[in-house]
This record gives sequence, C-alpha cells and structure tokens, in this order.
Amino acid sequence: MGGAATTFRFVSRKRRVREDRRFVSGGALFAADVSLPGTKHATVLVCPHASARIVTVNAAEALKMPGVHAVVDGRELAAATEALYIGVDAPAVKRYPLAVERARYAGEWVAAIVADTRALAEDASEKVHVAYEPLAPVLDAEEAYQPASVPVHPEHGSNVLLDRSFVWGDVDAAFASAPHSLSYRVRWGRSSTVPIETFAVVAHWDPWRELLDVWASIQMPRFADQIARALRLPLNAVRVHQDVDVGGSYGVKRGIKHTVLVGYLSRRLGCPVKLIEDRLQNMSGGDMHGPERLFDVALAFDDRGAIHAMRMRAIDNVGAYTGRAPLQLGKPVGAIVGPYRIGAVAYQAIAVTSNKTPQEAVRGFGQAPTNYAIETGIERVAEALHLDGLEVRRRNFIDRDQFPYLIPSGTTYDSGDYHAVVAKTLDHVGWSNLLAERARLRAAGALAGIGIASCLEPSGANSAFEPLLNPKNTTTTWMESCRITVDALGGITLTIHTASAGQGHETLAATAAGEVLECDPDRIRVVRATSLESLPGSSPVGSRMAIMLGGAVYHAAHKLRRQLVLLAAHRLGVAAADLHYRNGGVEDRVSGRAVEWLELVEIAHRHYHLLPPQTEPGLVAMHVMQVPTGGALPTADGRIHMYPCFSFEFHVVLLSIDRELGTLKIHRYVVGHDCGTVINPDIVRGMTLGGIAHGIGAALLEEHAFDGQGQPISQTFMDYLLPSAHEVPQVEIVQHVTPSPHTVFGQKGSGESGYLGAPAALANAINDAVRPLRIRFEALPIRIAAIGDAIACASA
Amino acid sequence: MRVELLVNNRMHSLEVEPRRTLLDCLRDDLGLKGTHAGCEHGVCGACTVLADGKPVRSCLMLAVQSDGHAITTIEGVSPVPGVLSAVQEAFCEAHGLQCGYCTPGMVLVGHALLAEKPHPTHADIVAAIGGNLCRCTGYAQIIEAIALAAARLRSAAREVGG
Repeated sequence: MGGAATTFRFVSRKRRVREDRRFVSGGALFAADVSLPGTKHATVLVCPHASARIVTVNAAEALKMPGVHAVVDGRELAAATEALYIGVDAPAVKRYPLAVERARYAGEWVAAIVADTRALAEDASEKVHVAYEPLAPVLDAEEAYQPASVPVHPEHGSNVLLDRSFVWGDVDAAFASAPHSLSYRVRWGRSSTVPIETFAVVAHWDPWRELLDVWASIQMPRFADQIARALRLPLNAVRVHQDVDVGGSYGVKRGIKHTVLVGYLSRRLGCPVKLIEDRLQNMSGGDMHGPERLFDVALAFDDRGAIHAMRMRAIDNVGAYTGRAPLQLGKPVGAIVGPYRIGAVAYQAIAVTSNKTPQEAVRGFGQAPTNYAIETGIERVAEALHLDGLEVRRRNFIDRDQFPYLIPSGTTYDSGDYHAVVAKTLDHVGWSNLLAERARLRAAGALAGIGIASCLEPSGANSAFEPLLNPKNTTTTWMESCRITVDALGGITLTIHTASAGQGHETLAATAAGEVLECDPDRIRVVRATSLESLPGSSPVGSRMAIMLGGAVYHAAHKLRRQLVLLAAHRLGVAAADLHYRNGGVEDRVSGRAVEWLELVEIAHRHYHLLPPQTEPGLVAMHVMQVPTGGALPTADGRIHMYPCFSFEFHVVLLSIDRELGTLKIHRYVVGHDCGTVINPDIVRGMTLGGIAHGIGAALLEEHAFDGQGQPISQTFMDYLLPSAHEVPQVEIVQHVTPSPHTVFGQKGSGESGYLGAPAALANAINDAVRPLRIRFEALPIRIAAIGDAIACASA
Repeated sequence: MRVELLVNNRMHSLEVEPRRTLLDCLRDDLGLKGTHAGCEHGVCGACTVLADGKPVRSCLMLAVQSDGHAITTIEGVSPVPGVLSAVQEAFCEAHGLQCGYCTPGMVLVGHALLAEKPHPTHADIVAAIGGNLCRCTGYAQIIEAIALAAARLRSAAREVGG
C-alpha cells in the first residue's frame, strides 16, 4: 500500500467477514424464506404484446378453481392506490403495479392471482382470459425522440422524459481554437445486474394493529415512504424488516411495484401474501434492465493529445415507465471528465420512453457507460495522433498536486494520484513484457490486443443529480445513521438501519466501532432496526456505505467516548481535558488513576448518584451523518457539487481472438485500484473482482435483446449469459491508497469498482486486436458471434 | 404420491404432487430453506444439493425421483449447530461469498469435489463450480476457498494418519 499511514488497529486488517457464517451454513434469512402462518401466494399474468390496449380481463374461470382467492386487475388496483413515485418531472407518465387499460411492454403485469400455493396460482393464471388490441410499438430511442413518434404515454404528449443541455465553460471557443477535433458514436447495450435471487416480498396487513409488515428483497432509498404513499397509509403504518438478507442487487432491487401490489393484496384478503418472481417474470417484467445508451461525442485536442473540450450527447432508452432510472444520466455529471483535465464540456442528456422493459438503477448509476464513452475517445485521440493510448492518458491526467480539483460541471474531486497508480500497475504488469507477449501472439498468427482504461468511481452518494435533473426536487441531504448502546453488562450493540445485499455492512460497522472504542470488533453485536425503529437513512447506494455508515458509526462512537470521559472526570474529580480514553477505560494522564469500562458501565446504568448532574443514565449514542461536502442545490447555470470522494481504477488487459470462431481468451487482467483507506481488504477485493466479472458480462455477453416487434428474446440464462467461472480470468489487483480528506478513516467507495472500467478496457483490447483487419466495434456487448462475423467479412 | 426421502440422514415420509420439484419439497415441505431457487431452469446452480454425494439441481429433479437417493442439503453439512465443516470454514476464511445466495450450492459442490479429488488443481475447481453462477464475487475467492479447504483437509488427514 502506498502513501497511507497505517496506524489502525482493526481497519485495513485482514479480518473475517462476520456475515459469512450464516450464509455458508444455510442459516440466512432471504425474503422467500419468510413463512408466516396462513400465507397465500401470488403470481402475475403478463402482457404478451409490446404495446396493446387491454380490452377485457375475464377472471371468472380462474376464480371458480378451489384454492384461488383473488384475481386483481389494473383497474381495481389503480382505484385503490396512488401512482408510483417517479424521479423526473413528468407527472402524466403514470405508473401502477398492474397495467391500466393499456400495456406498454411485453412482460408487463396485467393481473395478479392469489391462491393457496404458488403452483395453484400459476395454474389459475392460465384461466384468466385477457383480450388485447395490439398496437404498433416504439422501440428505437432516436425514433422515440422524434416529435412525430407515437407517445408510449399519450397523456405525456411525447416520448421525451428528459432533455437537458448543459454548457460548462467556453466549449465553442475551445473547439474553434484547438488544432484537432474528432467525433464518434458508441452504444452501451441494455444489460443489467441480474442477481441470482429474483425479487421476493412478503407483506402482512394486521387490521387490529393497523400495520403492514414487509419482508422484501430490496436495496431502495426511501422504500417505506413510497410504499406508504402508494397504499395511502401513514408512514408509521408500514414496518419494513431490514434484517432480511438480500440475494444480490447491485442497484436493481427496488421492488416498489411488487410491494405495493402485495401490500394491497394482503389488505384485501386479510392474510399474509408472498410474491416471488420466477426468472421469466424477473427478466421481462421485473423492471430491472440497465441503461441502453447512445453517445455522440466530439473532442477538441492539441498536437500533444491534450483534450481541451468535449461535447457529449447521451440518449437513453429507458423503456415504458420511469422510476429513478433516467437520473442515471445525471450522476455522470459529477465525473463527466473522468480523471482528465478537460476544461470545457457541453452535455445533453436525453431520456425517452419506448415499449421496452423499464430500467432500474444499475451498479454505477450510469457511470460505467459514460466511462466507456470517454475511454473510447482517449483511444480515438491516440489513434488520430499516432500516439500511444497510455501516453495520451498520462498527458491528460489531473496531477496529484492539483487536488482538490474543480471540474467544469461543478464537482470538486477530493484526492488522487493517478500517475502513481498507473506506474505501480504497469510495474506489476511488466509493461514491456506484456507488449512483447502481444507481439509473440501476433507473430504466431493470433489477433491479440492490449486494452487499457482509467476511470473514476464517484462515491458517497448524495443524489445531487436529483435537483439537477428535476428542479422540483430540492433534496439536499442523503443521510446515514448509527446508534450505539452499551448494555448493563458492558456489551456493545450497534443498530444499523438498512438491509444489505452482500456488502458486509455488519462487518464494516463493527470494525469502525471497534477502531474508535478500542475494543475487539468481534465482541460487538450489530442489529438491523425495522423501518419504524430506524434513524434516518438513505440505503446502500452509490458506493456510499464505507463513507456514510462507517462515518456515522465513527461519530456515534466518539460521542460515546466523550460520555465516558465525562463520567470518569466526575468520578475522579478531575477536568475532562486531563483524561485519556484507552481500551474502554478512562485514564488520568496526570495521576495515572483510571476508571475501567465495567465500572463506567455500572455507573451509567445503576449509579445515578455518581453521574455528573443533568446526565441521562444509560449509555447510548447516535449520529445522523450528512454526506461530506454535500448540501447545496445546483447553480443557475447547471453546476453542482456531486459526490464527496473519487476512487480511481486503471485496467490492463491482454487478450487474443480466435480468427475462426471469434472466441476470446483473456491472457492477463490486472487492475490498479485506489479507493483510499481500505476498511476490510477481503470485502474490497471481492467487490472489485465481482465488478470486473460483471463488466466482462456487460462487455462481451449480456444483453436484454428484443426482436422487431418488441418481444424480449433473452429471457432465460440460456440466452442472457452471465459469466461463469470459465469466462472470468484470474485478475490481479494492485492496491494503492490515497486517503480522502473528507472521510473519517480516509476511505472512499468501492461498491462499484471494477465494473466502471472493465467494459471500456475490454472493448479497447478487442479493437486493438482487430485493428489490423480495419474493424472497429462501437457497441457493447461485443459478442462472440459479432466478432466472428466481422472477422469473416473483413477477411473475405 | 407417497415418497420416502432420505435427507441429511433423516428419513421423511411425505405425500407430494408428482410435479413437485425436489427444490420446492425441500424448502416448503421439509422447511430446509438453505436451498435456493435461482433460475428454476437448471442453469444457475443455486438450488444444488447432493444426491448420493453428487451435485444435482433440485429444480430439475422431482421429489418423486429422489426416493431411494441420499440427499444432502447445506443444512446437513455442518457437524453440529454452530460448528462449520472444513469447506464452510474455508469459505469464511477466504470470504468466498458476498450476498450468500449461491453459497450453499458452491459449498456443496466443494464438498463433492474434495470427496472425489483431495488434490484438486485450479482447473478442477473451475470445472467443479463452472455450473454454478455467482454474481457477486467473480469466483476468485470461491476458488481460493475450495483450494484452502483441500489443503486443510489434506493436512488434517496427514495428522490423523500420522
């Protein structure tokens, strides 16, 4: 590790991840595992057309089946609930869990069926007869953007959900004065995170307590709020159980429509109702596709390859409805120049509706596609000037001594040392040996290529893109919280206020508390409050929890330390300033006298007569943390300070391509990674390796594809290909530490690491490999068939 | 139909629909929730259990087909509650998981592999877990976990033997 003072006792040390024991033993509690007495099971009937008017829904035959309790259609549900929250300013784009009068994509839920068992509900769904009047679908983004296109939501008047243009700096002048410019178009294909667990929810309305209990597989900011609003309940009548283990999410497990539906069904039927998507329902109607984005980019640059200005137009096909997904065009504003000194930027962000499955947040919230677009441009500049791509990056990197660095769009990058990470990574790789290996492969007749990519991971989410893209949204806090209690026997318990999907939050919280309280983290219990017992929080999104939960724990623990010092000062009759907290006890620096932990606990819990006057008994501390550097609204000219911390990654890939089959072999994959102080090395390493595997999928394998009629054609794991152990190479990580000045341990985020640069690096490597054939791939995923076909055409 | 199922060394006599998968039977009839549904079409491996020591996909096997086979689920792996098997222990040591959803299948595949090959190569481990999808880890720490378990089991065997 470079740069950081490693004075920590527990932070940055190899420590086991405490959550792992329950998962390896089968003792976890996923939402599907929640079995309440009397539970009924729901399934959904989906629309087979990409666009259709729903003429009638006839459930008579299904309702006659023994064990079938209800069939609910969109009309009934919409009358009883409020439309779901949408993140952009488009109030006429109404969204309900079940289609109302019109279905807008193939796979959209049209009716829900509740029965004694899931199998019976599925049987009954075949007896629900829906008459449709199919309509012509709109599928292509550019077509949808045209004023003449038929709106997916006629009430909205067009397919344009969002069309914002920003100019940060004198872009025109930079283009006019730069000796060179070029432009290009790249396409990021519609893929997603596709967790192995589908979405699952159990809801139980208790009419005597007037309380809706929810167990759901979620990673969703303001989840309970949205459920309560939609079901017309007070927020304190919804209790979300956050001790549910979530079987993977990486952004997509939002589950609002699922929970509103099941909450309604439970209230109507007076029993617990469970809904678990099957894989087909998940892939089309789970509303969890990721960005499908076209970029048109122009760069102005000089003879040295220094890029002076960029124009970027991004148009995203967000599908039939909008939640927060279009805001994924906003987050990249906070790192719109990547790790480079690009002085002026014009950015147009367009989101359009179409008759495809709606999108949801995907790992990086739009940053990975933007990084791919930028990194493509760096290679284009290098190519135009006959320079090495590595050299062009180095000539454009923000230097270490330029931090804090204000980018044109208004965000200030906290810290970084990009040159050092690159040098360290190349040293590990043996750059000249790698070049020699590529030459050797080429000499042996292979198509071999090296790809590199450098990019940023904005972390510590404060969601400032919401007010940027939706002026009606004036949210400026995106807090996170922790409560620490010390019990009467001296045990420490942390309460956290979110569900987790494998990020190791319990380990994170215990490590941070142990570090501050100077006690073994393994002795600290971590529990998850229900939403009704929770302090304010914003859920684990945007690579934020190391920063925000780690920070909240740190501050709460310091508050507890201060309480202990005050107790000890009173007990010893000395000034608090003379005292020193050490390993749970408090020591007088002058006399050497000390009050130990158990005595302090005893005083706090039992000896009011020994407490300082006006002191509350017991030992409790809590902290609600605001995002560091956050809190402002955008300026009138559309500048906004976005996230507090910026992690850096630098990918190096050597691969070769089989000329006949188009298959790829990755010979070497090395990533340099700087996320500041690492709290748990195994967790950060796992996230980075998993992110790269996910990036391999997005770059080479995965696509939610549709045919010309809008039918989804990659709905199973036979067609939508997730990387297996066979496809993922051994990846070497070179860790570097540039601590963030804004965080309690110098940590930055890493939840999206690897994924943010891997697709760009792989695309660059493939293009390097096929350059001799004068082929260039400009769309992801670059699937084997596309490579094989292109090589065959070029060779013919 | 009536079936006699031997699961984790316990015999269960059950009435099941002929169409009921072993997966649903384990989870819903026997309450063994450690076996997870992922794709329910035989690709992801989250529902892996052992039948006579071999990994099988419980979503592709009917409960009625399981009669006569010894089924092992993740709940049958730890020697006593609170104590982990060598493979489970190694998964914790190497952090061979994140969200834990695919983990029971991975652990069972690891057990089956090591029962057959005490000295697995890297390629052996990749081949063994190649039919089980994990979306979190990128597999490296899973591979390391199984290799670590193999080394520890060999070392333990030497001590016993020697």
